[in-house]
Amino acid sequence: MTAAYHWLFVPLTLGLALVMAVMETIYVIRKDDFWKKTAQYWMKLFAINFAVGIATGIILEFEFGTNWSNYSWFVGDMFGAPLAIEGILAFFMEATFFAVMFFGWEKVSKRFHLASTWLTGIGASISAYWILVANGWMQNPVGTTFNPEAVRSEMASAQAFWEVISNPVAVSKFFHAITSGWVTGGVFVVGISCWYLLKNRQRKFARASILIGSIVGIVGSFAVMLSGDASGVHAAEFQPMKLAAAEGLNDGGRRAAFTIVPGIRIPGMLSILATHDIDGYVPGINDILNGYTDNEGNEIPSVAEKMAMGRKALVALSLYRSTDDPSEKAEARYALEENVQYMGYGHLEKPEDVIPPVGIVFWAFRFMIGLGMLMLLELLVVGWLAWKDKLTGKRWLMIAALACIPLVYICGQSGWIVAEVGRQPWTIQGLLPVNVAISSLSAGAVKTTFFLFLAIFTLFLVIEIRILIGAIKKGPETSNE
Amino acid sequence: MSYTFLQNYWWFLIALLGGLLVFLMFVQGANLHLGNRTLSTLQKRMILNSTGRKWELTFTTLVTFGGAFFASFPLFYSTSFGGAYWVWVLILITFVFQAVSYEFQNKQENLIGSQAFRVFLMINALLAPFLIGTAVGTFFTGSDFTVNKVAITDPASPVISTWGNGWHGLEALVQYHAVLLGCALMFLTAILGGLYILNNVNDDVIHTQMHRSVKMSIVPFLTFFLSWLLILLVRPGYAANEDGIISLEKYKYLHNFLQMPVVLALFLIGVALLLWGIYQGAFTKKRSGIWPAGIGTVLVVMSVFFVAGYNGTAYYPSCTDLPSSLTIRNSSSSQFTLQVMFWVSLLIPFVVAYIAYAWRQMDRKKITPDEIAETRHKY
Repeated sequence: MTAAYHWLFVPLTLGLALVMAVMETIYVIRKDDFWKKTAQYWMKLFAINFAVGIATGIILEFEFGTNWSNYSWFVGDMFGAPLAIEGILAFFMEATFFAVMFFGWEKVSKRFHLASTWLTGIGASISAYWILVANGWMQNPVGTTFNPEAVRSEMASAQAFWEVISNPVAVSKFFHAITSGWVTGGVFVVGISCWYLLKNRQRKFARASILIGSIVGIVGSFAVMLSGDASGVHAAEFQPMKLAAAEGLNDGGRRAAFTIVPGIRIPGMLSILATHDIDGYVPGINDILNGYTDNEGNEIPSVAEKMAMGRKALVALSLYRSTDDPSEKAEARYALEENVQYMGYGHLEKPEDVIPPVGIVFWAFRFMIGLGMLMLLELLVVGWLAWKDKLTGKRWLMIAALACIPLVYICGQSGWIVAEVGRQPWTIQGLLPVNVAISSLSAGAVKTTFFLFLAIFTLFLVIEIRILIGAIKKGPETSNE
Repeated sequence: MSYTFLQNYWWFLIALLGGLLVFLMFVQGANLHLGNRTLSTLQKRMILNSTGRKWELTFTTLVTFGGAFFASFPLFYSTSFGGAYWVWVLILITFVFQAVSYEFQNKQENLIGSQAFRVFLMINALLAPFLIGTAVGTFFTGSDFTVNKVAITDPASPVISTWGNGWHGLEALVQYHAVLLGCALMFLTAILGGLYILNNVNDDVIHTQMHRSVKMSIVPFLTFFLSWLLILLVRPGYAANEDGIISLEKYKYLHNFLQMPVVLALFLIGVALLLWGIYQGAFTKKRSGIWPAGIGTVLVVMSVFFVAGYNGTAYYPSCTDLPSSLTIRNSSSSQFTLQVMFWVSLLIPFVVAYIAYAWRQMDRKKITPDEIAETRHKY
């Protein structure tokens, strides 16, 4: 829940950061005060949004410890280095230059201020990279060795570190998240600007903002598609159940069809999307439950077999920790190493536990793609008409652009649902299911904090929207041409 | 680099971050004055804007402090945050409200009124140092938890670190030794806040108030701090021998000071600097007391962390199950991870340098009514 809330505020931060940095760059190059005021206006909205992003972010960080105690021990060693890099490289960069950006207009030189604006956005993006390295590792735990002495996953070598930081899942997630932030920022800027046009206010400001916003959004949209394609291939490779759920695919096969909506299917399309080969094999939910042979010819065991191996790993670990007999210890270690990759399955009660809520993931996936396409169309049309200066009189289009603002958020949240609900029941794919990742807290305590934070964040969200609307109504300081 | 060196190095960095965090909590201390009735609305606004430009640094240091613990001593993170749950959640809530209060308090559409957000800032100002101090106080009193790594193989109760009571950390509020540290920290931040405002804001009335505030905080601060210190020096501590076996040792913390003369020297220099800074702020017209007091604070806090963790000491002791106590040896990340983080940490001086540069540029002009009037983004 906190992550979903946090994800409400982050994309706009990432997107607006780029929009206003571009605007301020134009100001510094052209020395035209109009661009300064335009950038300053979007910064004002940025600040309101940023505050809530920080508030949800700190809870997210500490919730790992408070509510996911086992998880944080289990992964602490893997996340240590990425988090240290994030803290040292990104957090302070963001915090310091954010302050210069807001309070430094009259205090530092133009160029230093411009650098600060860029560095705030770059800091936020670097921060996103490292946190997604951690998230990517949860989806595809590479470079890890299980240490039975410490009972945790460890990063044991430089090669392992490299595997973690260049994890293909993390890289595609990063580009997907950052560029979807650009789309959010673009749609937000275009939508708000269209509102000014509807009200016949600030026309020059609105047109200039639409141009920058739509360019950022369009570039973002294409990048989102590319990184989304890569994400699909990675899901097929590392999290086939997520892909099967997103497609509602019970029985897979070669030349698998892509379902646009139930009843409308494109034959072979899913195989192309998931494997870049029309004859590629895509397993369905039942195939994953019962075992199958993947595209490289590997025999993938059934979930029941994985569970049996997982239980062997857990028994071996328990024996390894309790026995003093060297030969028994060696045997236990051998059995553990043989089966450790399925250790998480040992915690499951029945094979069906590996199936995420299919309906939610299926529809979220469709919302994400459908709305994403709609956003691109909107940005292309409005951007083109603004470029040609032909927006005047097209009220319906401006109303549509305004309506796209809530839709882009639904699009982003849908993506979040596909990624995070789609990987249930795992916190770490194959290694640690959700019910083992927890702290030893009573259900009452967890519920209390859940609803408390839900109430607090909802209050903040309502206030943020009110303040944003107030600031928008007031408008920028550019002359009202 | 040996594993022991890396563990010690990361404990050093945790101590440094802890010290910087306490110093930067001058933001909280200064915000206590938002309720000062002698100050006019404009004067309160000057204080608010002065702390409003620094709070993110404090906040980021807190986040980094938490992140550094997670990264270098994950067993502490999983045991303490998941166990002493309510204390940490309370601390977080006060910071969450602080994070939005600056931006929201001065806006007409903020739904619950400006005053409400200023009250949130003051709650954070009072509670955050008190609760953080109390939580750190349990590094010496011990807590009620057990760590059993094999538990993860038991599907019925897989949690490795379990807390022994349903209070989940709130019990620290009745452990007088931990509470003394909480109170000491609260008054220390009040002093640092006063010294910071003296330095950063140009206004005679505010200066008089800050001198007064620093003066009034001296006695309670010293009372709480010295009582805490005295009890620390005579209380038994949790010692870990070379094999990691934990036992109770009489006068452990006194021994730590005496057996680590460098730490003792750091502590004494820190106290001297702190007192000198306080003296400047309370009894002279000088406005630079925040610097010696700030540096002194960092040194004192660091030496307190050193005494808690170095010299074979369990820094997060379990009073119910001694072997579960956490030491910097048994709770750290692996050697390789600590080593990677070591190389990354070499960038810290560079980060400190750009922060210092940016703030030198920003703070050249002190806060005055005119400065507030011309600043675009203000609270």
